[in-house]
Amino acid sequence: MGLPDVAEVWDWLSTIPDPEIPVISLVDLGIIRDVGWRGDTLVVTVTPTYSGCPATTVINLDIDAALRARGIKKLELKRQLSPAWTTGWLTETGRRKLEEFGIAPPQPAGGPSRCPRCHGENLERLSQFGSTPCKAQWRCRDCLEPFDYFKCI
Amino acid sequence: MATPDNAALFQFLLRMGDNTLILGHRVSEWCGLAPVLEEDIALANTALDLIGQTQLWLGYAADVQGEGKTADDLAFLRDVWDFRNVLLVELPNGDFGQTIMRQFLFDAWASIMLARLQKSSDQTVREIAEKASKEVSYHVERSAGTVVGLGDGTEESHSRMQAALDYLFPYVGELFLSDEVDVAMIQAEIAPDPASLRAEYDALVAKIMAEATLTVPADAYVHKGGRSGALHTEHLGHLLAQMQWLQRAYPGCRW
Repeated sequence: MGLPDVAEVWDWLSTIPDPEIPVISLVDLGIIRDVGWRGDTLVVTVTPTYSGCPATTVINLDIDAALRARGIKKLELKRQLSPAWTTGWLTETGRRKLEEFGIAPPQPAGGPSRCPRCHGENLERLSQFGSTPCKAQWRCRDCLEPFDYFKCI
Repeated sequence: MATPDNAALFQFLLRMGDNTLILGHRVSEWCGLAPVLEEDIALANTALDLIGQTQLWLGYAADVQGEGKTADDLAFLRDVWDFRNVLLVELPNGDFGQTIMRQFLFDAWASIMLARLQKSSDQTVREIAEKASKEVSYHVERSAGTVVGLGDGTEESHSRMQAALDYLFPYVGELFLSDEVDVAMIQAEIAPDPASLRAEYDALVAKIMAEATLTVPADAYVHKGGRSGALHTEHLGHLLAQMQWLQRAYPGCRW
């Protein structure tokens, strides 16, 4: 039996949801850095978002389970620290899905560009930290709703 | 066993990892207790980042040590005399203001140190510093902002922040001391001379304290003994008794 094509493995990985923000996939999040074969072992290189993010362990388990379910027998998950993950690696699809879900996507300017609900631009920051390491809490002064902002790092 | 060459590197990594481990644990003690929800979440996030950085520093320390240990072994199976954190981070939290002041005094140092370590001759040190820097830039922005908010706040918050600064400042000097471990790190171009960070640190602290209307103490007395392991405060043992409780009661327990 031949080994699956790398492009096919990328397709499989793009169906695995982020455990804490399930509207986006691990590929959308930009944390899968490389997929390749070393002999008959599939090597998937993953970079952590925040060094202490508790989702990291779950993400590795999810990748392991999903690929084994596709028939991968020999799998190695490599952690790559450098270059450090940046929100610039979020895919366009990922950014769009985040906003549809109610999380403002990261902006290089350091704050959300508009409210993910009403698209109002009159915003205020409540806290630099939110319900997960990757998010901050903001509020829209137009619709008065608080919302999560995916921090730019 | 660590060889003579990497024994100093092992000590250096313990100092980095023990600083973040002990401060991370201290900050986590606020979880569920902070004055407002946003601050509670912010402190828990900060603690989480610090523990994450600990896994990287102590994980590398364990590799360098070469005895087949893990970051968890180093965190949970050592006692007071083996820890190499500065005394500043093991001090009790005190009130919220004191916790925030300690955080700023540490974050300011960490932000400068990690920037320098990104030029280390050691690739893993460089990579950990690159990763941790991004997180610490958020920490220092928030702790500095909160120090200013509370220092230049009410009469009550101002006096508490000044008291916190007066109490904590004599513990700051230890961050800039050096010994033979540092000499070895400087020679190998793995880490900078701790004293070379002082001018930049003092400038940052002076700027923030001026905005916070707080007075930096002139007395340069330095409490020391943490980073060498020679003399920790009585507080570290109590902290470890809680942090290591599970491994002490149920050795080897895992899940």
